[in-house]
Amino acid sequence: MLTVLIAVGILLVLSLIFGAILGYANVRFHVEGDPIVDQIDAILPQTQCGQCGHPGCRPYAEAISNGEAINHCPPGGQATIQALADLLDVEAIPLDGDHGTETAKRVAVIREDECIGCTKCIQACPVDAILGAAKQMHTVIADECTGCDLCVEPCPVDCIDMVEVGVTSRTWSWDKPQGIAAQPGSIIATDRQAEVVH
Amino acid sequence: MQTATVFSFHGGIHPPENKAQSLRLPLGRPSLPNELILPLGQHIGQSSRPLINVGDKVLKGQTIAINNGFLSSFLHAPTSGTIKAIEERPIAHPSGLSDVCIVITPDGEEQWDTLTPLQHWNTLSKTDVLAYLAEMGIVGMGGAGFPTQVKLQGAHKHPLTHFIINAAECEPYITADDMLIREKTIELVLGIEALQHLVEAEQVIIGIEDNKPTAIAELNKVLSDRLSTIQVAVVPTKYPSGGEKQLIQLITGKEVPSGQYPADIGILCQNVGTCVAVHDAIFLGKPLISRFTTLTGDVLKAPQNVEVLLGTPISHLLDYAENDSKKLKRLVMGGPMMGFTLDSANVPIVKTSNCVLAASKKELPQPAPEQACIRCGMCEQACPASLLPQQLLWFSKSQELEKAEHYNLFDCIECGACSYVCPSSIPLVQYYRHTKSSIREAREAAVKSDLAKQRFEARKARQDAEAAEKEAKRVARQKASANKTTDGKKVAPKVTPATAAAATATPAGDDSKKLKIDLAIAKTKLKKLQKQLLAAQESEHTEEIGTLQLQANEQEKAVALLEEQLAKVEEQLTKAVASAPAASPKAPASDELKKAKVDVALSGTKLKKTQKQLAESPDDAELQAKVAGFEKELADAQARLSKLAADAPASSTAPKAAAPKAAVSDELKKAKVDVALLGVKLKKTQKQLADAPDDSELQAKVAGFEKELGEAQARLATLTSQAPVAQPAATASAGDELKKLKIDTAIAKAAVKKVEKALKKAEDLNSPELDTIRQQLQDAQKRADDLEKALANPTTVASSAAPAASAPASDETARNAEHIKKQKIAAALAKAQINKLNKRLADSPQDADSIQLEITAAKQKQQDAEAQLTQLQAQLTPSQDNTQENR
Repeated sequence: MLTVLIAVGILLVLSLIFGAILGYANVRFHVEGDPIVDQIDAILPQTQCGQCGHPGCRPYAEAISNGEAINHCPPGGQATIQALADLLDVEAIPLDGDHGTETAKRVAVIREDECIGCTKCIQACPVDAILGAAKQMHTVIADECTGCDLCVEPCPVDCIDMVEVGVTSRTWSWDKPQGIAAQPGSIIATDRQAEVVH
Repeated sequence: MQTATVFSFHGGIHPPENKAQSLRLPLGRPSLPNELILPLGQHIGQSSRPLINVGDKVLKGQTIAINNGFLSSFLHAPTSGTIKAIEERPIAHPSGLSDVCIVITPDGEEQWDTLTPLQHWNTLSKTDVLAYLAEMGIVGMGGAGFPTQVKLQGAHKHPLTHFIINAAECEPYITADDMLIREKTIELVLGIEALQHLVEAEQVIIGIEDNKPTAIAELNKVLSDRLSTIQVAVVPTKYPSGGEKQLIQLITGKEVPSGQYPADIGILCQNVGTCVAVHDAIFLGKPLISRFTTLTGDVLKAPQNVEVLLGTPISHLLDYAENDSKKLKRLVMGGPMMGFTLDSANVPIVKTSNCVLAASKKELPQPAPEQACIRCGMCEQACPASLLPQQLLWFSKSQELEKAEHYNLFDCIECGACSYVCPSSIPLVQYYRHTKSSIREAREAAVKSDLAKQRFEARKARQDAEAAEKEAKRVARQKASANKTTDGKKVAPKVTPATAAAATATPAGDDSKKLKIDLAIAKTKLKKLQKQLLAAQESEHTEEIGTLQLQANEQEKAVALLEEQLAKVEEQLTKAVASAPAASPKAPASDELKKAKVDVALSGTKLKKTQKQLAESPDDAELQAKVAGFEKELADAQARLSKLAADAPASSTAPKAAAPKAAVSDELKKAKVDVALLGVKLKKTQKQLADAPDDSELQAKVAGFEKELGEAQARLATLTSQAPVAQPAATASAGDELKKLKIDTAIAKAAVKKVEKALKKAEDLNSPELDTIRQQLQDAQKRADDLEKALANPTTVASSAAPAASAPASDETARNAEHIKKQKIAAALAKAQINKLNKRLADSPQDADSIQLEITAAKQKQQDAEAQLTQLQAQLTPSQDNTQENR
């Protein structure tokens, strides 16, 4: 009987000690905020375009951490969905067409002759990429523009174009080879021999 | 001369060398082409910045573009001629894209710019010599085109143990370096010695493959003649022993760690071409304007090495080497292993072009179709960088960028050995290149998104701060205005009634404004609540309905209270304004002033008349007395006038402010007339004087007139300097009106466009609102047309605007204009509402009835606003007429 009591007593003491350690660790190493939101936010493309229905990328990151679907971000496209799926350990689903389609990278360009200097686009730009003042011509800093489209709608004279960023010899990249699928019927080396002959 | 020991590196292959063809003929020097095309980006890093303009004459060796940042280079004219263009031209790049090039039309004279060799280069500071090399446009000529001065600077980080000269030239077909060593042995050695002076390495070793016996013999001869300490390391022929890291491993046995540079382990590598270029720059003062290039391939009848000016089009070189264009199947820049196919022969030779391979179909057949990987492992055996090509292939195919990076993809030198040995003909290098660029893009995107995030957050912080500041100001104002109203009541009895009225009027105006704003806010809140209530009723949330109803009632009460307050304040305001006019009773004073002026003028004329009479009969005492009396009268009148004039500005600020321009312009006119009159008088008198030169009286008169004239002119000058202030005001306002009209036109046009778009969409959907949209379109077009018409004859606008701006009674017009503006805004808002509702209608046909009702209501509002607008405009025109009459 005594041994049982001793065992119970030891276990009790141990549990108290470990409980104290755990409690201390919880206070000492407390993490402020939700780290998963930061991780999701880091994956999102930060265009701040609002196409997901949230006012910016961080609110969408918060919504995702609360269970919203991961396929509401057209600027990020399939790559972002894949990255989010990997992070959250969920299935990668195709982009939700209701929120827009994936497009090539674009930047806003103001047709400067037509600009009347109303500053509406400046107020709309989420990343302060438009320069100008009231009744002065405005212009877009192309390097800072995220191509979010938000400045196009407010323009009263429709002088903003979304222009695809062209490829220059410095930004050009090699194509991916087409792979084996490109030549059906030539799976083994003898197929190739036949082709080379004729 | 010593022979160095040679180590070995992993992997490597032995493709057919094909070097003999291009060594049969001696070094060629092609003629000048019709034009030289010099890309601004011939090196790694930022493109150069052009220094010349189109049409400029340049001399051979003249600097035509300078460096644009740290990692950039200079560019020089390869021959004398004229700058034909600075434009986009296709360049030698695997993408086949264009880049900005300077195009020179040679004049055929080959006139050199003054060449100044670097004197005392061995006593000058090293930084100066490096800067000089940068100005000579020297970049690495082995392949990458890394600016040489940057590489040499990097070599100073650690003490150098080895300075290696790369003469391996391992790639098949290419013999340019071989020929360079044979032709310019002494220059090469001098260049190496100069570089060694700059870097001070412990050992200097020339690494050369054993398939160049002639070049090795020449080198050994020169080195032993000079008793040089430079060693020659003959390495076995194996591809890719010419790779920088492989040659380092061959000669020193050390491997460059992953992600580091040779300089980090105390080694510097330079190509033989670079060394010769350094020699030419330091000892001859020649910038880098030409290079050795191999022209080879089955298609050429005279394959050979040439010393070619940079910018020479490849087509010109192919003609020189007797190209058989019918057989030409593939044109490759560089060697068959690491080169790339060119789409066109019109691209120029640049600083890094070491070979042009014009191949027939038999020589370079189309690559065989890719087969599945059979995991034979031959690629791993061949890889000179000891990577795992198979693993990298899987990761590249499945776009697992992180894993590919983890497997040291960036240590791949893209030599093509793995693709060469692959029995399944998998284009491995192409996969790696694609994956490398994907990783780079992802990195850039990450940097960019970080930046966007920073900017977004900064903007949000700024906006929050602004909002907080506004709120603080609003609270402060509210407090201040509460204090002010009580203050105003206290102070009121002490001041004159007029100013007191004005004082109470301003806070009252402020109050009414604030109340109006509060009212608007309360109303919107009420509206929102009502909406919520409606929604709750629809969805039958009973408990919510109760609370909402309560809130709505409260809000309504608040609105009613605010409206009451507003009405009170406005009443007060009108009272104050009514009493205010008593403050400016200035009319009588100005009347008196006028009278006094007339008196002065009258006495002046009387005096003159009498003086004339006196002149005719100078002895008449009566006349003299009269003159004296008149003079006294005049003096009195003038004194009175001056007194009044002094009083006037002090007491009558209001009328003066209203019509100072008219007075000024009147006075200006008078002054001009005076000057003209005096001028005529003076002339007359001068004529008389000429007739009778001895008349002293006439002379005195002339002097007096001259003095008067001077005074009048001075007055005129001061007045004209005042006048311009008045006139531009009118023209400026006209210009403003014109601008506004233009903007209106632009907006109307945009509206037309938008409606057209909507119409098209509606047509596509075959929707019922087609007619309304069409109606809208017609309206919008009409408006746009009207505005354009108005814009077309701006003179009428200007003329109608001018009186409105400058007339003294423009207050009313201004107020009317304000009203009109307000009405316009109201109309625009109503229209926007209609548009919005229409959109909603299109979206949700089931709510059609209620929305339709709202639309009609909104339309009613719009019509009201427009009716008011026309009324106001009608009012405005007569008032403008009035002002014109007043003038």
